[in-house]
Amino acid sequence: MSLIFAIFLPIILALVIPFLFKKVSSIHTGWFVLLAPLALVIFYATYIPTVMDGSTYIDKFAWIPSLDISLVSYIDGLSLLFSLLITGIGALVVLYSIFYLDKDKEKLGNFYVYLLLFMSAMLGVVQSDHLISLYFFWELTSISSFLLIGYWYTRDGSRFGALKSMMITVFGGLMMLGGFLLLGIMGDTFSIRELIDQAPTLVSQELFVWALVLVLIGAFTKSAQFPFYIWLPDAMEAPTPVSAYLHSATMVKAGLYLVARFTPIFALSEVWVWLVTGVGLLTLLWGSIFAVKQTDLKAILAFSTVSQLGLIMSLLGIGSISYHVTGDLVTTFTFATFAAIFHLMNHATFKGSLFMIAGIVDHETGTRDIRKLGGLMSLMPISFTIAMIGSFSMAGIPLFNGFLSKEMFLDATLSLQHFNVHSLESWWILFPLVAWVASVFTFVYSLYFVFHTFRGNYKPELLPKKAHEAPLGMLVSPSILAILVIVIFFVPNFFGNTFIKPAVAAIQPLAYQVPADVGFKIKAWHGFDSIALYMTLGIFLIGFILYKTIAKWSPIYDKMPANISLNRFYDGLMNLSDKGANRLSSTYMTGSIRSYLIYMFGAIIILLAFTMWIKDAFVIDLTNLAPIQFFEVLISIVLVISTLTILITNSRLTAIIALGAVGYTVSLFYVIFKAPDLALTQLVIETVSVALFLGAFYHLPKLNKYEKGKEDRRFRLTNFVIALGVGVMVTLIAIASHSQKLVKSISDYYKETVYSEAGGGNIVNVILVDYRGFDTLFEISVLTIASLGIIGMITVRLAKKKGDRKVENK
Amino acid sequence: MEILMSILIGFLFMAAVYLILSRSLLRIIIGTGLLSHGTHLLLLTMGGLGGESAPVLADGITDYADPLPQALILTAIVISFGVTAFSLVLAYRAYKVVDTDNMDLMKGNEDND
Repeated sequence: MSLIFAIFLPIILALVIPFLFKKVSSIHTGWFVLLAPLALVIFYATYIPTVMDGSTYIDKFAWIPSLDISLVSYIDGLSLLFSLLITGIGALVVLYSIFYLDKDKEKLGNFYVYLLLFMSAMLGVVQSDHLISLYFFWELTSISSFLLIGYWYTRDGSRFGALKSMMITVFGGLMMLGGFLLLGIMGDTFSIRELIDQAPTLVSQELFVWALVLVLIGAFTKSAQFPFYIWLPDAMEAPTPVSAYLHSATMVKAGLYLVARFTPIFALSEVWVWLVTGVGLLTLLWGSIFAVKQTDLKAILAFSTVSQLGLIMSLLGIGSISYHVTGDLVTTFTFATFAAIFHLMNHATFKGSLFMIAGIVDHETGTRDIRKLGGLMSLMPISFTIAMIGSFSMAGIPLFNGFLSKEMFLDATLSLQHFNVHSLESWWILFPLVAWVASVFTFVYSLYFVFHTFRGNYKPELLPKKAHEAPLGMLVSPSILAILVIVIFFVPNFFGNTFIKPAVAAIQPLAYQVPADVGFKIKAWHGFDSIALYMTLGIFLIGFILYKTIAKWSPIYDKMPANISLNRFYDGLMNLSDKGANRLSSTYMTGSIRSYLIYMFGAIIILLAFTMWIKDAFVIDLTNLAPIQFFEVLISIVLVISTLTILITNSRLTAIIALGAVGYTVSLFYVIFKAPDLALTQLVIETVSVALFLGAFYHLPKLNKYEKGKEDRRFRLTNFVIALGVGVMVTLIAIASHSQKLVKSISDYYKETVYSEAGGGNIVNVILVDYRGFDTLFEISVLTIASLGIIGMITVRLAKKKGDRKVENK
Repeated sequence: MEILMSILIGFLFMAAVYLILSRSLLRIIIGTGLLSHGTHLLLLTMGGLGGESAPVLADGITDYADPLPQALILTAIVISFGVTAFSLVLAYRAYKVVDTDNMDLMKGNEDND
């Protein structure tokens, strides 16, 4: 099984899912869907042993060879870890969704198609080595996320959330594409590996910082960093399995993946270090503070996800400092990268389980409002246990994996004291301080989440449903994750060696040749001289006090001005562009055919004039002209007079006869210019036309000149100017085309071969029926269609009675 | 002669465009008729108006008028007749249904699409 095929396996399965959903109604469609992530997680697991030793794999498929765009699947430590997360969590989420979504009430066909589409897209993102295909898969994740958030499309909130997430992430995606193109221009390649090799030369280029910032905007929007995070809370309208999967474990980590993947390129710039670290820490603080304010279980988790993503982001930023230091300090900072990947994995386990529990609570009680919940501990003991494990891990309490990575995070922020550039001096203390405050709030909302839901008083009168424990099948997935949370705490180094070190080696290729070089060991106990230990104790103490007094200080949140929020800004922007676009298009899309004709004629004039001017085509060649004869002048005068008559007359009869006169004079021109066939045809056609006009005469309206009055002077003037422009252009083209014959006419071919090839003497006729026989056939078809249409319009009575929609004839 | 014809063609085009831009349906149809006349003459003129004889093979004649534009125009004449007839009937039908031939009144608006 090739790696590229593995990426597309979920999409291939998605093709048959709608049929399975329709035809096999006795089995929940999810069971079929489960096959894809299960097969893939086993497939990717087989790569673990060799990737641990530093091997990489590559599989290539030329997608658009002429543009040098190819699908390249590249497996190293980093992409393997993400692939395993995507497929592993994916399997658990699908299993969970089987019990969460009712097979008789929900449109499972749609749901699983979107989910499988997402799975493929996400695998594509983390494995693509080619920037353009990376972008392609990146946008595919945005689109599938849009579809999944809007899955319950009859709800206003779902549609709003879906659109919001799409607008923000696609905006970021486009920025990122710009960054990619700049990188491609600078490095003359779209391969990430080749760009990494060129990094030292790229960094001095002018466009480098632009590319850096643009790529970061892409990463920040996707990973819900400040100030782009606002889409994530609204994305919680999605079914809970989706929130657990896309909006906590995988898709939102695509931004982190991007930052990690591009670290070897961009870390050489200090802008990168400060942007990634700073935005990450700000997001961490912001998210943790606002998580406490939320009353919806999933909203708490959404803000906590925002905050935790910020934490990992800042760790990646600190880790990239290793590119700016030498000696022992390198490992001081690569340790942050190590912590980042470790926490990324831990977060997927505990946050995944928490989301599933939030879904279970919603499913079994009918509400996610934490103010209505409480006292569920005795009713839902298993869910409570899982929730507690997840929350305690998130809070950073020992015996759970979150404790380990939280300690490492605090250590990493402390290590900033060794990075003394830009006279950072004592300012470095800000970073651990922010980290510490954010951790306190993390502690508070973790306890708030679990205890306000499961302890306190049971309020059955507020709950739409009678609460009871979830079915066993629904508990399987969160249980597995919760068990992992504990297992990772006790054997962290097994996971460290297997998954994290290969990933760190991929992010820090300068520091580590092979994963085995990464020498970190994860320890729960660092001794009494560890500052992080005292920081953690402080977090527990202050956090516990704040949690106990939450009712006293939480009203502070209500004092914040509501109308200067990022959400308001987004709404205003959307509103503005909506109205603006509407106004803009209604200025030129008037619905009147005249306006469109004016655009067309105007464009013809401008384009032709411009082309002729550019090509220097205004040429008048007065030699080689046919002589002017008396008759010709006479006919010309008749033609002009007839045409003028049409323009001036107020009578339809006169206009029709004048049109006939123009037709007959034109046929006289054909006679003069030696075109007997044309003259004959024109005479016949003109006669029939005039007859037709006169036949319809009785039924036709009067020849109204609607633009007679003074108020229509502008109208007439516009028409005249456009008409004059077209006339002048046509004259110039006629003269120019006569005056310069740039290519040899093919007429001679017909003249020479007409007898030998076709055996005819009348060249025009032979061309029509012989050389260009098909043209004539189609011409007859056109006439047939026209006549069918005419018959239809005359004979078929419209269903609506006449007079139904009368318009006043002004 | 070609210069004179070019000016004549330009004049035909001008009149046709002016009519097409007007509000009356009948004038628009007449305008399309004029436009096709102008186009036919333009094709003929672009090919050159010289030539001693009609493009029918005959002994002793070598200088024929250009047959290619003529073949094109012959097709175009017939097609433009089809178009004129079709639009005439369309106008008749539209007039019967909406009781106006004013293009400004015929266009849909927000309540009456």
